[in-house]
Amino acid sequence: MSTDKTVTAPVDTELRSDPPVTDRLMRADQDRSGIKGAVHTDLHHDSAIKHVTGRAEYCDDIAEPAGTLHAYLGLSTRAHARIRDLDLEAVRSAPGVVGVLTAKDIPGVNDVSPTGLNDEPVLADGKVEFWGQPIFAVIAETRDAARRAAKRASVSYEDLPHVLEPDAAREADMPYVTPPLTLKRGEAVSAMENAAHRIKGRMRVGGQDHLYLEGHIAFAIPGEDEDVIVHSSTQHPSEAQHMVAHVLGVPSNAVTVNVRRMGGGFGGKETQMNLFCAVAAVAAKKWNRAVKIRPDRDDDMSATGKRHDFVIDYEVGFDDTGRIQAVTGEFAARCGFSADLSGPVTDRALFHADNAYYYPDVLLNSHPMKTNTVSNTAFRGFGGPQGVIAAERIMEEIAYHRGVDSLEIRKRNFYGEDGRDVTPYHQTVEDNIAPRIVSELEQSADYQARRQAVLDWNAKGGIVRKGIALTPVKFGISFTATWYNQAGALLHIYSDGSIHLNHGGTEMGQGLNTKVAQVVADELQVDIDKIKITKTTTEKVPNTSATAASSGSDLNGMAARDAAIQIKDRLTAFAAERWQTEAAKVRFVANAVQIGDETVPFADFIREAYMARVQLSAAGFYKTPKIHWDRATGKGRPFYYFAYGAACSEVSVDTLTGEYRVERTDILHDVGRSLNPVIDKGQVEGAFIQGMGWLTTEELWWDDKGQLRTHAPSTYKIPLASDRPRVFNVALADWSENREQTIKRSKAVGEPPFMLGISVFEALSHAVASVADYSVCPRLDAPATPERVLMAIERLKG
Amino acid sequence: MSRVHVTTTVNGDETEFLCDPRETLLDCLRDRLNLTGAKEGCGTGDCGACSVTLDGRLVCSCLVLGVEAEGREIGTIEGVAQGDELHPLQRKFIEHAALQCGICTPGILVAAKALLEKSPDPTEEEVRYWLAGNLCRCTGYDKIIRAVMDTAAEMREAV
Ligand code: FES
Ligand code: FES
Repeated sequence: MSTDKTVTAPVDTELRSDPPVTDRLMRADQDRSGIKGAVHTDLHHDSAIKHVTGRAEYCDDIAEPAGTLHAYLGLSTRAHARIRDLDLEAVRSAPGVVGVLTAKDIPGVNDVSPTGLNDEPVLADGKVEFWGQPIFAVIAETRDAARRAAKRASVSYEDLPHVLEPDAAREADMPYVTPPLTLKRGEAVSAMENAAHRIKGRMRVGGQDHLYLEGHIAFAIPGEDEDVIVHSSTQHPSEAQHMVAHVLGVPSNAVTVNVRRMGGGFGGKETQMNLFCAVAAVAAKKWNRAVKIRPDRDDDMSATGKRHDFVIDYEVGFDDTGRIQAVTGEFAARCGFSADLSGPVTDRALFHADNAYYYPDVLLNSHPMKTNTVSNTAFRGFGGPQGVIAAERIMEEIAYHRGVDSLEIRKRNFYGEDGRDVTPYHQTVEDNIAPRIVSELEQSADYQARRQAVLDWNAKGGIVRKGIALTPVKFGISFTATWYNQAGALLHIYSDGSIHLNHGGTEMGQGLNTKVAQVVADELQVDIDKIKITKTTTEKVPNTSATAASSGSDLNGMAARDAAIQIKDRLTAFAAERWQTEAAKVRFVANAVQIGDETVPFADFIREAYMARVQLSAAGFYKTPKIHWDRATGKGRPFYYFAYGAACSEVSVDTLTGEYRVERTDILHDVGRSLNPVIDKGQVEGAFIQGMGWLTTEELWWDDKGQLRTHAPSTYKIPLASDRPRVFNVALADWSENREQTIKRSKAVGEPPFMLGISVFEALSHAVASVADYSVCPRLDAPATPERVLMAIERLKG
Repeated sequence: MSRVHVTTTVNGDETEFLCDPRETLLDCLRDRLNLTGAKEGCGTGDCGACSVTLDGRLVCSCLVLGVEAEGREIGTIEGVAQGDELHPLQRKFIEHAALQCGICTPGILVAAKALLEKSPDPTEEEVRYWLAGNLCRCTGYDKIIRAVMDTAAEMREAV
């Protein structure tokens, strides 16, 4: 769910906070109470009643105007080929078909690359570069007619050589889709040579499909002149707007993109929706009718990007105690045929290859490889998890080598004081709470006793083996593309005292609208039900960033608060004048304003302000302070702060079949001072399970021709209710408070807990290791499907 | 293709619609009857987002044809609350924050309701395996399972 686009980024632009905005936002929180929906309280999702009654409107539920047409994509059936001939006659003549669109019918530029590299056509033109690439769109009276017609195309191809795997791509000298990154501190090569012990290893880490339950969808309604309105389920309405304009060849002001809510996003709807928005808009303008496009699940999974798979080669040097002296790592990623967000994703993998550990001398390189597969994209964690798992594998390697519990090795390598606090990208870790989180979890999960019980159980030598692991996470918060760290909000108070709030973030289930409304309720001291949050639309807040990088409430909460404070300042000045008192005697109390001794109900007060011609509307703005990043030198402070957490998981593995189950998981996670603890806990639980799925059952499998064979929930297995750990204890670190001046001292929550799933992976590895009496670190790739677990066991049994 | 006339009962109300004989019950509910609470997550019976009941039996409406509804009783999410009064499951889902994006919620509620009608005192294991046909990508299921267990307890007390 994260984004940090780079490529041609202006670098090293230290953001200087504009003093008035900062001043307003940095004001100390006043003592507040007595309203419904204040910050730091549990409050259910603002759409919850609509969700449970089936009345929440998703894009596909919007009533269709009469004459709405439906588009469907025709996809390639080759991984890499020239298109010799594209015969669409049978498609055109199919029942209900209105017309077809090919590359030639794109009025503007045939490109939806979010980086400006012009490497991602809407519809393939002359050649295809992955199996499942859109070649044409058919437009028909019904979706069913369009879908059937799309199958009637006849395409003749001239096959070209294709490469699927990132390591094969490196060997074949395939190009990078985007410039690679190097992070370097100290002299890793000579430090490695001088290290007491050295281990080299390779790990393959699989990708992941988002499997948002609501697939891609866009619904375009043509307007007069060049105008078009697109309803969509995108995490990035501004980019969709700009891309539609680019493809139509019209200015951005002709295009409006609206998002009420998404049925899940997870990063998969950040850039990947652009194509659908563009096709719907082009067709809508061409036929001057509303056009909807919604691929079925198989096409959604074949034609849209996923989490990047990585092949990671690492080497670690360490002393007798297991303390790291040097680390080198080569991170090759399957980026697919175009850059999309692969630059910042592979950057973020390097940014997290240290996880919570200090590497005295370090050298890390990314290899964003071009492959003939769908272009991989953002997915919760945005490359970070692939970095973190490498760090955790390194800890395991050292632990088996030294014959010490891996938790002990982790502790010995944590960031600390006195020179052990600088990351491979030269940012100082100032807020390290990993040691405290880990030691509290070690206690509350009863780790030591349970680990002993696991060892005792395995010592009996039975068929079912157990494993346990406790792994931490440290995750950097901010878009690494510094300019994305800005947000806007629009706040109106109507003369009856009701409030309308709009911000640039999108709601995908994470409760963002609820949190932002809490912030405004708190600032104005009104009950939250007085505040209405409406759909995100490019008409109200322009040039927004993607709702990604876990940044939604950090950025939009601050922008909304800024708007509220502006109005409040005007109201305070008005009250002081009207009641002839000082501004200091004007206080916003629960649903009222107190002016000296008099208390005026909020609605009455607003009415008076309106009559006195006070402006009751404001546009708020926020940009994250302190951050800067120079990609060329690999130095800076890309992250405003870090979020932390830890998980302890215990598993049972059947050594005859490789099947396993998670017996228990305990989590302690840091969200700073939570804006809404129940929503944040939900994020932690959901992220953990999703992270567990990534590393266990979710397997993307391409055949040798390059066709993805796991392209629906029938073959691609995400965790089910039956897979939830038998015992599942989740807690927030309630003592934590963000040391930076974030919104109400909270921390971002969307992505960091995803990596807690690594505890399950390492627990499986522990159980596997027991068959060889823990003498070697098992070679286990991710996802650790039962088959892979079984193969790892068989290898160890020799 | 000629359309077929179907007479059926939806949430207790007798209803008629015309549909293509190849059209799924899910599409008929959504497109013909404007009951958009059931969602299409996969179209192949693997996600449960389209769950409804057919003569009291839990089915995936994407795997049932609209014409098969003839003379049967269909229950959808829209019929779970009685007017403004939420079903205990709906209340508990809100109370436990057992939803995030909410798109799986209608299907899960219909499935959970079918479970509690059949088995008012389920074990947690039973709830977890019963709901294994309903995917949720957001919540991690924990709050859902707790909400169902809590509802079952409350409903048992009420009788
Ligand atoms: S849509 Fe029917 S089971 Fe998925
Ligand atoms: S709440 Fe989003 S799929 Fe369940």
